[in-house]
Amino acid sequence: MSAFTNTATADTPGVAVSLRSRRGRVRPGADGPSMDRRQFVDRLAAMGATGLAAVLASGGVGGAVLGATRPAAAEAVTTGQKYRYGMVIDTRRCVGCKACMAACKTENVTPPGVSYTVVVEEHNEQAFDRPLFMTKPCFHCSNPPCTKVCPVSATFKREQDGIVVVDYDRCIGCRYCITACPYGARYFDFGEHYPATEPGQALAELPSPEYGQYRVRREGASPVGNVRKCTFCMHLQDAEGRYSKEEGRWPACAKTCTGHAIHFGDLNDPDSEVSILLRERQAVRLKEELGTEPNVFYLL
Amino acid sequence: MSEVTVERWLKRAFWAAGIVFVAIGVVGWYDRLRFGHLDAAYGSIVPWGLWVAAYIFFIGLSAGSFLISSLVYVFGVKRFEPIGRIALFQALITLTLALLAIWVDLGHMGRAFNVYRYPNFSSPMAWMIWLYSAYFALLATELWFLLRRDLAAGAQGSGGRARLYRVLALGTKDTSFEAAEKDRKVVKVLATIGIPIAIMFHGGVGALFGVVSARPGWNSGLFPILFLLSALVSGGALLMLVAAIFQGGYRRNGDTIVALGRLVAGLLVLDVIFQISEYLIASYGEVPGHVEGLKLMFSGPYWWVFWGWQLALGTIIPLVILFSRRGRQPLWAAAAGGLIALGFIGVRLNIVIPALATEEIEGLTTAIVSSRISTDYFPSLMEWLVVVGIAGLGLLLFGLGESLLPVDRAAEQAGPADTAEVDHVRV
Repeated sequence: MSAFTNTATADTPGVAVSLRSRRGRVRPGADGPSMDRRQFVDRLAAMGATGLAAVLASGGVGGAVLGATRPAAAEAVTTGQKYRYGMVIDTRRCVGCKACMAACKTENVTPPGVSYTVVVEEHNEQAFDRPLFMTKPCFHCSNPPCTKVCPVSATFKREQDGIVVVDYDRCIGCRYCITACPYGARYFDFGEHYPATEPGQALAELPSPEYGQYRVRREGASPVGNVRKCTFCMHLQDAEGRYSKEEGRWPACAKTCTGHAIHFGDLNDPDSEVSILLRERQAVRLKEELGTEPNVFYLL
Repeated sequence: MSEVTVERWLKRAFWAAGIVFVAIGVVGWYDRLRFGHLDAAYGSIVPWGLWVAAYIFFIGLSAGSFLISSLVYVFGVKRFEPIGRIALFQALITLTLALLAIWVDLGHMGRAFNVYRYPNFSSPMAWMIWLYSAYFALLATELWFLLRRDLAAGAQGSGGRARLYRVLALGTKDTSFEAAEKDRKVVKVLATIGIPIAIMFHGGVGALFGVVSARPGWNSGLFPILFLLSALVSGGALLMLVAAIFQGGYRRNGDTIVALGRLVAGLLVLDVIFQISEYLIASYGEVPGHVEGLKLMFSGPYWWVFWGWQLALGTIIPLVILFSRRGRQPLWAAAAGGLIALGFIGVRLNIVIPALATEEIEGLTTAIVSSRISTDYFPSLMEWLVVVGIAGLGLLLFGLGESLLPVDRAAEQAGPADTAEVDHVRV
């Protein structure tokens, strides 16, 4: 469950609280303040009650209980660093080989009908002299419409790195989020198999590393019956929430891209590859008019 | 055919339909519970299908019949008094069916309670669930107070029915006029509270679709209002058919059916005006994403759902009947009501599916070869069977309740406030 941890804000360094402590009631009584904790703490700090704010921010009694129930949550992110992961995809470099789709499938062990990234082709002879290819993962929007509509807060945007995740154990499979996503980035797991992953085959026992949970797909058990989506291969992050291209801990699609079209990185870091590309090149985002603020950019 | 045989025939058809529907529905339910969503035809492009349409169909019937029963218990409309109880009972049954239809649609049916454990109040769906939980409790309580005195009275005898009534009366024995008056006041309070709740939750169902800006076909401020209007139309229309079969049937409720027919016809015309407004504005705008859904509805592969089912069968034919001289004949009016109610299944399908059946990103459906990634959706046999089973269960529950519970007393004895009734009790 370390996947669902949440860093404190920069003004309370060194403090980690479980995301659930802020959002909902996993265990009644273990929550601390049930209103938005961060807002509450911030307000206190603004009022000058910094001492009290620090106690509350550290979780107080409730936080201690949570720390006991979720040991991984307490140690997961200790830097207090906030990342904003995103992608810059260069359509001029994309040759439409679909290696990203295959790499994603292999990495996340997704079933038929579930593809966290797809390559769409556009043949418009008036506009382009060649077909336009576009690989399309989840955009991990800054203002995601999908998380807002979830009736049980099973899908949410992580505070510490902006990755939009699904809590498979909470999701009821109503598929409202699929209707709300303007980019077709969410897929329902119907429980189907490829011939090689049919029950009884050796590959059927291959777990998916998603969220670091290593689930083996079983009939009727999550993630079957859940909505699934791209996580920027979040399971490859280290304990401090960082990726490493050198060590190969990098989103599978970006790692495998033959034309080097998919660039991944921290948009908060001005020296990251993605930030540099955004400064130097003209980038567009899809359906800006909806105000979703995607964190995936396209270079034309 | 004499009139008595028509009525008997209608009742027989009703019971036969209930039994047959449940029998074949069991197959669908077995498939759904055994194999999950494998045999469902929807996918990740059209993620909601027949079951969601069935859900908004039933929930609309419920809200509509409740609001009509409120005409009796809040506003004292005498004209509809004979069908007040059956309207409330119909609201309860159709609400149950709606919940069944949306429950079976969940990927994890066992987690339905998560909506109470972890509600997200920025989700219209969470609001809807909380509101109709309140509505369910309110409906059941109101119905109990409405029937309480009759239950208490019936409990005094012996035999199976008396035993059932003793259980349902929850120990109350008071059949006095004063107690009945008190019940009547409680009913009025509950019915009054119920009106804003019904408006909020059914408007909320409209909002559930209306807020989705990713789907231009839904993203309209008209949706919550359209939902309320169509709830009244469909709920009232079904009530016309029900009043023709039950509680003495069309001969006794003739005047009520005809009066309800006028109300329903007027509201249906208003509903049609709203829909035309929605279609015209969208078509004029020519925003591709928006027009695509409409084109699909008007001239796509399932064009007949709009032109045949929704428009001809569910709107034009019944309106012609209701506005012609035949509309004054209870049996014709009831038939028109049945057609309108049936036509609304088409309306509901056209609300849910065409707005979803477009590519949100061009090329999405050709990027992956999978039947789940397709804009084409037609409900699978399993989906149909599940819905048929739910409808059949509704028929049986309704029929059983109607014959066992004192919901049919209303027509014979009128309400407890009726003076003739009071005399009878005092004697």
